[in-house]
Order: sequence, then structure tokens, then C-alpha cells
Amino acid sequence: MAAPSLLLLLADGRFPAGAHAHSGGLEAAVAARRVTDLATLAAFLRGRLATAGLVGATFAAAAHRAAPAADRRARLARLDTELDARTAAPALRAVSRRQGRALLRAGRTIWPHIPFADLPGAGGGPHQPLVLGLLGAAAGLDRTETALAAAYGTVTAAASAGVRLLGLDPYHVHALLVDLAGACDATARDAADAADGPPEDLPAVAAPLADIHAEVHATWEVRLFAS
Amino acid sequence: MRPETDHDESVPHTHPDPGVDPHTPLAPAGRALRVGIGGPVGSGKTALVAALCRAFAGELRLGVVTNDIYTTEDADFLKRAGVLDPARIRAVETGCCPHTAIRDDIGANLDAVDELAEAVGPLELMLVESGGDNLTATFSRGLVDRQIFVVDVAGGDKVPRKGGPGVTAADLLVINKTDLAPMVGADLSVMDRDARARRGDLPTMFLSIREDPTAGRVAAWIRHELSHHRAVAAVPVGPA
Repeated sequence: MAAPSLLLLLADGRFPAGAHAHSGGLEAAVAARRVTDLATLAAFLRGRLATAGLVGATFAAAAHRAAPAADRRARLARLDTELDARTAAPALRAVSRRQGRALLRAGRTIWPHIPFADLPGAGGGPHQPLVLGLLGAAAGLDRTETALAAAYGTVTAAASAGVRLLGLDPYHVHALLVDLAGACDATARDAADAADGPPEDLPAVAAPLADIHAEVHATWEVRLFAS
Repeated sequence: MRPETDHDESVPHTHPDPGVDPHTPLAPAGRALRVGIGGPVGSGKTALVAALCRAFAGELRLGVVTNDIYTTEDADFLKRAGVLDPARIRAVETGCCPHTAIRDDIGANLDAVDELAEAVGPLELMLVESGGDNLTATFSRGLVDRQIFVVDVAGGDKVPRKGGPGVTAADLLVINKTDLAPMVGADLSVMDRDARARRGDLPTMFLSIREDPTAGRVAAWIRHELSHHRAVAAVPVGPA
């Protein structure tokens, strides 16, 4: 491990990058009665890790890889386009950019020396995984650690929303996260490996139902979470 | 790939990041005075914001950021009340945790503050209303310059004695709905005595927005804080 303490810091749910306001699609799934208890939450988290988790982790790893490159601006622009293409729901594109903006604000203040100016995303902000990739690279995390922070974040945000939305026992929910730890680590390794490929070949796994839920959720008049 | 610059890209080199301002920040007074308005559910935060909008109409360039727990209810109320141009109101969604959005993780609120300034131009006063929470909720100094904590007499005259950071440390404590005191059996002198004991020299004001729809004394307090804020801004900032 290159920078274990910084990895813990970036992966911590208390890191001030806006994660607390997002349920990772869980709020809509709970309202649709598709997630109702610990077992269905476990399935939801596994599905999220295999889709949004893998894609986000791969793009974070790819941005990490692009960080020291001479043509980094062009590479990041390409990754931005490719990630848009993998995010079918416009509501989720906006969420990713909003979370990217929040992470960028935190990163700029906490690490003022890190260059972020060439991040794409005029209007709406840069995609969150790209910001995370640059942040991880500049903070000294290796590529797999950066991917791990991304993958881990996609499941922990939804898990903590599960505690709040369903009143589940927090010990039981954390036991679910323990069960998922191996899969989370494996996702990070897969993402770090996949990031070597050309941008158009990066993983493009998605969950159509999650996309539909996200679009519906964005129209709700009353909701607890921003997504 | 064609390089975007005419540098020899094989030579390692760096550029200063144009997105990072290398200068020390200006004194906070270079921007709008940000005043946080917090307090328990139903104590009259939104009514106070509306009253202040009326008080400062035509006087100050004003913006409002609201933090509802579930919805954009407070922002919608202010828009319907017609006390402020809707373009000057932004709502932040807080994911079940209104106190987190104003204290521990203030990015979404700072985004809203920036967006408002971008949308309507430089502002002189920004009111940031928290979602109704409990007695422990306070604003981060990274988000606001001053904070007002609003409680009401109908919540019980023991509230000031219970303390908590909002009651003890807010720059101004407002005890609202004094018109209800006789009906709920609240003793204002008890609240006054307890507030003084908790707050030392910090000011406390009794208010009935029903009787004073522009919250005159609170508005006067904000004007005073604003003049102080501007005076600090006018002092040249030496090297850090």
C-alpha cells in the first residue's frame, strides 16, 4: 500500500464531499418496495458494487493513470465523454457531476497544491470518479487504492442510507459490509487492471432499473436524499 | 496525438495551476456577510427569513439559501410569499442530516452560495437557513460569519435552560412567538434569566413576528454586524 492513512481518509464517510446527502439509488428502491430488509439490501449493495461500483472505480483508476501524462487534459476529456456514455440516466450524470464538484471543492481546499484546472466538465462540474482519480494520484495513493476508495464509497453511502431509511440495525448493516469486503477489494483490483485499456473498452456495466429509479426519484416532490 | 502546446513534452516540467489562486484569501469581508439562521422545527426560522427579506427590500442586495430535511418547502414558501425574487433563493438537499450540511460537510451550501452570487451578481447579505433540527445544531464558521438561533416560547420556557451550542454560543438568540406566551403558560422572565445565565454577554431578543412583520430589532442587529463586516473589509490586508 502506498498511502494507507490517506486511503482511509478519502474513503471515510465523514470526508466532507457531500456523500451524506446521497443514497446511491437506495431511496427510490426502498420506495418501490424492492429493498425492504437486510437480505434485499445485501442484494442491492452487491448489484451496485458490480455496476456503478466497478464503472466508477475503473474511471477513478483511469484518471489516476492519466494524471502524470503529458496529454492529460485530452485524456481526461475523453474519459469524461466515455463516462457520460456509460451513465444513461441524465439525473445520474448530474449527480455524478454534482458530487464531483463537491469533491473538487474539498480537494482544492485541503490540498491547495494539487492541479485540477484541466478537469473537463464545464457546466455542472467534473464527474466524481475523475476528481477522485486526480486526488488519489496527487495525494500519493496508488491506482488500486484509488479504485478502492471509489468502489467502497459506492456501497458505504447506500448502506448508511439503508440504516436511515429502513431503520435497520447498524451492526447488521456493517456485517453486510464485512461480507462485501472481499468483493470490494476484488472490484478495485479489476478496475485498476481494466484502466490500462483504451477508454472505449472500459467496463460499461449498468442497471437499467437503477437508471429508471433515478429518473423517477429526481421528480419526487418530497425526498430525503438528493439521489 | 498532437500536443496542445509548443513545449517539448519530453522535458519534465510543471505549470502553475490556473485554477488555484496562489494569494492568501481576502478578508472575509470582501464578500457578502453570511448569516446562519438555525433552531428547532417550527420555531419560526422561515418566518424570520421572510421578515428580514421584507426589512431589507430595496436596501440590501440579499440572497437566501434554505436547507430542508425532505423537500424544498421553505424555499417554496419564500417564493410564494413574494418577499424576495425567486432567483435569489436556493434550496439545498440534506439527506436526512440537516446539521451535517451546515456543520460537518458544508460543500453543498457553499455551492449554493457561489451559484447565487454567479446568478444574480455580488450580494451584500446572504441568509442561510438550516433545516429544523434540534438544540445541538450549529453552523460551521466555514459557512457563515454570524449565526442566529431561533427558539419559540411554545416550545417551552425551559429551552434556554437546557442550553446546547445553539442557545449558548449563537451570536444572537431569538425567542420567537412571544404573543403565544400567555396561551402556553410560558414565563418570559424565566426565559430571559436562563438565557442570560447561559449566554453571558451575548445578546438575546424577544420577538413576535406576528406583531412585528419586519423583525425590526433583529434587522437592526444584522445592519450593525454588516457595518462591522464592511469595516473589517476596508482595512488593508498586509502580508500574511
